[in-house]
Amino acid sequence: MDLFARNGDSDSQVCLAWRLVVLAPAVLLLSACNRGILDPVGPVGQAEKTILINSTAIMLAIIIPTMIATVAFAWWFRRGNTKAKYLPDWEYSGAVELVVWSIPALTILLLGGIAWIGSHDLEPSKPLVSTRPPLKVEVVSLDWKWLFIYPDQGIATVNQLVVPQGTPVSYRLTSGTVWNVFFVPQFGTMIYTMPRMTTRLNLQADRPGVYDGLSAHFSGDGFPGMQFKAEVLPPDQFAMWAQGARGQGPILDGRGYSELYKPTSYVKPMTYGAVAPGLFDAIVANKAPAQMMPHNPTTTEQGAGQHAR
Amino acid sequence: MTSSEAPAIGLTHGGSEDTGHPHRGPESKSIVVPYGFWLFVLSDMVLFSALFATYAALAHATDGGPTSNQLFDRTLVAIETMALLLSSFTCGLAMIAAKRKNMVWTQGWLLVTGLLGAVFLFIELFEFAKMVAEGAPPQRSAFLSSFFTLVGCHGAHVTAGLLWIGTMMAQIWAKGFKEHIVRRLLCLSIFWHALDIIWVAIFTIVYLIGTLP
Amino acid sequence: MLGKLSWDAIPFHEPIPLITSLVVLLAVAAVAVWVWRNGWWPYLRDEYITSTDHKRIGIMYIVLALLMLVRGFADAIMMRLQQSLAIGASQGYLPPEHYNQIFSAHGTIMIFFVAMPFVIGFMNFVVPLQLGVRDVAFPTMNNVSFWLTASGALLVNLSLFIGEFARTGWLAFPPLSEIEFSPGVGVDYYLVALQISGVGTVLTAVNFVTTILKIRAPGMSYLRMPVFCWTSLASNLLILAAFPVLTVSLALLMLDRYLGFHFFTNDGGGNSMLYMNLIWVWGHPEVYILVLPAFGIYSEVAATFSGKPLFGYRSMVFATLTICIISFMVWLHHFFTMGAGANINAVFGIASMIIGIPTGVKIYNWLFTMYGGRVRFTVPMYYLIGFMLTFVIGGLTGVLLAIPPVDFIVHNSLFLVAHFHQVIIGGVVFALMAGYTYWFPKAFGFTLDERLGKAVFWCWFIGFHLAFMPLYVLGFWGATRRMQHIPDPTWAPWLNVALVGAVIIGVGIVLTVVQLLYSIKTRDQRMDVTGDPWDGRTLEWLTLSPPPHYNFAVLPDVHGEEAYWTRKQTAIKLDQLIKEPDYQPIEMPLNTPVGVICAFFASVCGFAVIWHIWWLAILGLIGAFAIFVWYAWQDEHEHIIPVDEVRKNARERRRIRMEHLHTLSQST
Repeated sequence: MDLFARNGDSDSQVCLAWRLVVLAPAVLLLSACNRGILDPVGPVGQAEKTILINSTAIMLAIIIPTMIATVAFAWWFRRGNTKAKYLPDWEYSGAVELVVWSIPALTILLLGGIAWIGSHDLEPSKPLVSTRPPLKVEVVSLDWKWLFIYPDQGIATVNQLVVPQGTPVSYRLTSGTVWNVFFVPQFGTMIYTMPRMTTRLNLQADRPGVYDGLSAHFSGDGFPGMQFKAEVLPPDQFAMWAQGARGQGPILDGRGYSELYKPTSYVKPMTYGAVAPGLFDAIVANKAPAQMMPHNPTTTEQGAGQHAR
Repeated sequence: MTSSEAPAIGLTHGGSEDTGHPHRGPESKSIVVPYGFWLFVLSDMVLFSALFATYAALAHATDGGPTSNQLFDRTLVAIETMALLLSSFTCGLAMIAAKRKNMVWTQGWLLVTGLLGAVFLFIELFEFAKMVAEGAPPQRSAFLSSFFTLVGCHGAHVTAGLLWIGTMMAQIWAKGFKEHIVRRLLCLSIFWHALDIIWVAIFTIVYLIGTLP
Repeated sequence: MLGKLSWDAIPFHEPIPLITSLVVLLAVAAVAVWVWRNGWWPYLRDEYITSTDHKRIGIMYIVLALLMLVRGFADAIMMRLQQSLAIGASQGYLPPEHYNQIFSAHGTIMIFFVAMPFVIGFMNFVVPLQLGVRDVAFPTMNNVSFWLTASGALLVNLSLFIGEFARTGWLAFPPLSEIEFSPGVGVDYYLVALQISGVGTVLTAVNFVTTILKIRAPGMSYLRMPVFCWTSLASNLLILAAFPVLTVSLALLMLDRYLGFHFFTNDGGGNSMLYMNLIWVWGHPEVYILVLPAFGIYSEVAATFSGKPLFGYRSMVFATLTICIISFMVWLHHFFTMGAGANINAVFGIASMIIGIPTGVKIYNWLFTMYGGRVRFTVPMYYLIGFMLTFVIGGLTGVLLAIPPVDFIVHNSLFLVAHFHQVIIGGVVFALMAGYTYWFPKAFGFTLDERLGKAVFWCWFIGFHLAFMPLYVLGFWGATRRMQHIPDPTWAPWLNVALVGAVIIGVGIVLTVVQLLYSIKTRDQRMDVTGDPWDGRTLEWLTLSPPPHYNFAVLPDVHGEEAYWTRKQTAIKLDQLIKEPDYQPIEMPLNTPVGVICAFFASVCGFAVIWHIWWLAILGLIGAFAIFVWYAWQDEHEHIIPVDEVRKNARERRRIRMEHLHTLSQST
């Protein structure tokens, strides 16, 4: 299918195929609404989605005409078109230069402003404005699961994050082994977890439900198993859950942490009824029990590449 | 046809027509070769910059181990610095002798340059060995890793320079002061002087600042 | 005695690498025997392997790139297949240990051993011709550069047969790449291969910066150079300034792994964030190293096939240099989510956007090159238009990623993967395919089949969009990159569309081979008799195709921009060629075995370092140094082409040109 006429050929209509191809991305994008980051459940994610949509729209306003012009110019000035004026020496125009420098410059000026303001408003370590006091959660990425410690509630969970609705959550994050990224797409901002370092994040979920969480930074053979669920409960139900979990089930003390530290993947959600105080800080300071021992990541509990189910 | 002023890569254009621009055409080898070598030296300086940046980032990451204040001996460093700076001077003297095609003085000054470089290296290796014996090997902390690497990389360059000096001395002895040999000597001296410049930076950033009270 | 090497290194228990290894070994052996039986080895040795001719070296680079494209693409298809199969309960056919090597190899090979050699190959072939000179500044070093790159490619491929490759991604971030978490040889293969080829690349940069700044035809001032030469200059300046940082990053990681240093380790005060910074200070300029020459190719294609000079030449030069400089100021946008704080994130975000301004200007300049032209829809023109449609969307997603709060929700997702493939495929690969078609006749004396070429284009264009548009959607849905297993079955249709797209690209690659073979077979129908098959505007079209070893009998005088175009139009108008100049004997560099031997020793040394065979490593180093000293000991590195031969070739060229004078240009 030769969509362009050969040199000096007959008139053809404008290429429908090129147009379709141009619009396809826009169509695809539209069909992807209301999921993931486009369906945020909290103020942070909402603000980020707004910036995403607005910036895209601003840029499409420039880019779509440019794409149309590309096809239009190429087609109109094709060699076979005797109606088009041939300007063999036209290679400079101050006016055109002014416009072509200005269009991108102005666009970037606008988007730059959005970037500056947005970066400050949505800085992850910035506490969220709320009447409610923030819930503290400490996050530790391990090979290959997520540990969530609730220091004020005295409990901890693995691969299951439970937060109260409409309450800001103040996260402190680290890693016990290698880099990961803590990410719940519908909550908004993601952040790295790095060993011996603490990162900070502030998020809030305003809609009850269960949401997908993952690690967004490749961390080794068990990486695909680092999925977790983030459950948002109304505040009183959250309190009940935390109360109920306290004192039940295993204890996350030094021995418990050593066990947990061993490389496993696709770990089922579990809850610890008690947590050794200051465990998170000990992990950051490299003084937690498991980290004093040499680590051999190729020896999983059931052999390399297999998964705990 | 191989004269030092002959243009690079066999270009023999007479340049008869007026091109409306002073650009005369390709430059000669005596310009092109050192120019290319300078570019290489610049890339080497970028390499050292990355090492300096690493050192700056990790200078205080001593992991509870020895710090710069405890380890560096200003006297030793002064001596090796003098040796290296002097060797740059003698390298320059060697170049002058080479331009005059004087075999004895060229070889002589090159030898002295090499020996002074060897003195520098010897002191540096002595310092390294002492640090290792004192429980401050590069494996002890990030600071020590970056120190050994930055200073060691410079030392490795000096070693390569010594090998080069030896090779040049042999070449000059065997072949005399041919054009391309003198050109290489010029590149060697550029290299040697550049190492000096890097050393001044190391001396300042690592040893002087590192031993501030 | 043999370090860590043992029979365990050979993947007897893993069918896929084992069978692949056997097939490749057999294929290589078969080709070697076929070449030998036909008596072609001396020809290959004298005309290519030991050649110091920039044209031959350029061709070798591109051959290497195309071969590695097959390997890199095979990795891609395997990844797509795995992601289509491993959904929900199924684990697919690739366990994580393998999948992780495959995506790491895919990225490493595509960037370092496909894109870089392809781009460098074009710079090699084209730049001296466009500058109107005989060769680059340092032809022997040029040969060494190529073979060192090939050595790196060899080592990466060797990891398939002996040992394993890195399982860390193409940039090998610590702490995952430290010995504690990656105790195998995979990361070492990666590090050593890149260090060796990195030396070659830096030497190339020294060569080309010197050539472009110091070796040009008489009268060719800077502002009379073709735009491709300007972009090559900018790209090589970037290589010169950026690659040493890569060398340091990889060397520090090697010191950690081999000698127990603590640059990036979790203990001893190591700082893994430092690696992020160092590697991306190299990593961002790297993509501009690739894309700037691509832009240069588009400039040449746009002007030639619009029948007009490039619009806004000075603007283009300025934009190129601006991109060159700013590319060093944006690296932090690769880790906005590391928590550097609002001010730092914002500054780097804005800088990253600013780089979009000169890029946008270039797009408009190409647009206005077509305006008022007589556009011919040849295969290179298809790629130009395809690029202009594809790349701007890639730029849009790039600017989105440059806004930190947006990056906070799409970092490392399939959205990111789609973005960079969009700009690399739409920007770099399309340019390489355009350049391949455009300069093929100059290299080999006949053009490629046009219809098959257009089919290849459509495969790439349609295949690319099918393969990557779904990934934008999945990125919005929260899909991250490098997933060996897909948790959500609703993603399946999109991944399957992506697989279809990848297959279509695969068809395109196959068709490229078919096109080549078919074009060779039917070359008599498309001989490039005059040396100027496209009505070109730059000096490479002055020579016959292929040009003689020394390019020009006499270096052309350059009177203005578009040196060749003016000369051609004048000749046609006056119906006579330029006055015959005085011919002189020409001095050209001799062939050299130094490159291939040096690379051999580098490969031996590299292999030995990877497997901890220390005595062999030292031997390899000594060998490499020895060959270098041997080379330096030779007094004669040039030979003279007698004036009779020069005159004969030149008169033949003039005769053909005169005969076909009035068919040379389509604008008359």
